[in-house]
Amino acid sequence: MEYIIIIIAAVFVNNVLLSQFLGICPFLGVSNKISTAAGMSGAVVFVIALSTLVTYLLQYYVLIPLGIEFMQTVAFILVIAALVQMVEIILKKISPSLYQALGIFLPLITTNCCVLGLAIIVVSKEFAFGGDPHMLNLAEAVVYSTASAVGFGLAMVLFAGLREQLELNNVPRAFKGTPIALITASILALAFMGFAGLV
Amino acid sequence: MSKLNLITKGLIKDNPIFVLVLGMCPTLATTTSAVNGLGMGIATTFVLIFSNVLISLVAKQVPDKVRIPVYIVLIAAVVTVLQLLMQAYTPGLYQTLGIFIPLIVVNCIVLGRAEAFASKNTVLDSALDGIGIGLGFTLSLTVLGAVRELLGTASIFGMKLIDGDGMLAFVLAPGAFMVLGYLMVLFNMYKSKFTDK
Repeated sequence: MEYIIIIIAAVFVNNVLLSQFLGICPFLGVSNKISTAAGMSGAVVFVIALSTLVTYLLQYYVLIPLGIEFMQTVAFILVIAALVQMVEIILKKISPSLYQALGIFLPLITTNCCVLGLAIIVVSKEFAFGGDPHMLNLAEAVVYSTASAVGFGLAMVLFAGLREQLELNNVPRAFKGTPIALITASILALAFMGFAGLV
Repeated sequence: MSKLNLITKGLIKDNPIFVLVLGMCPTLATTTSAVNGLGMGIATTFVLIFSNVLISLVAKQVPDKVRIPVYIVLIAAVVTVLQLLMQAYTPGLYQTLGIFIPLIVVNCIVLGRAEAFASKNTVLDSALDGIGIGLGFTLSLTVLGAVRELLGTASIFGMKLIDGDGMLAFVLAPGAFMVLGYLMVLFNMYKSKFTDK
């Protein structure tokens, strides 16, 4: 039951894109087509699930015992960059078709702030999912961050669908490009606000 | 390019938010009030200046293939210094900005300037470029924060201007997207006055 609450909270209520503003760059950058948006989201889910697992263990078994928590930012970004590179190499070897689909998005993910953001959030914030506020344990942390990544994908695909329709409309010159995308995103965020208080 | 030009270009011509559309995450997330926007702007400017200086110093020694990881580690080091400084001297602001301080590491503006400018120019020019882009970023964030604070809570820099509550939605997520969208429209209209005659 607790995991279902975590998943709903992460996907809808605290949507990474539309209520926490993590990963806005790909949200505005690669959301012109549903297919690219879905490809990017797939790569993000994959990398976030892996990186949270590694950074969580790193935080609790290396940084805290050694008393060097202030190295968190440097350590996490290195782990994420190395992991992305590794995933790229492994995918290329074992599954060329998946690599074809996700390949071009992988290098972009290192600087996607929702990867580093989620890695930091799950080890530094207390959550209260159907109980007292507590630090997440490993399973909860991985479920929370993976579900958040799915929420990222959901918002990306929805937004790409809206933008595909927007292409066909006549938009005033000053609104072309990013401004109209931002205003559309605002309406989407308004819709997601309706989920507040659900959990 | 003259030295003065390096500093002023960030304000309009190369404005990181309205023209280059970089660093959107902190822009939208931390501008709930003018003070928060200003704080985030100054924090990012600090990182920009020091990372630009460091990177322009080492750029010639770093092999081309590993330059991005090297730059990221240098930037992360500067951000860690900033985190420790802010924890010590401005704990309140550090709390409010929260996760977006460590996330300066992955702010595209910082890495973008490192790659596009600091790796090819002298130390002094890189520092000035950091100041210029930082100024543009800070100014944009402060304006965005001020507009959202005004609409959302009817006050500016914490001073109540009108009696009443304001529209809370502007402090929340949808307002961030909407205000930035409309400010960009105004910016485009202002710019097109000069470009097409």
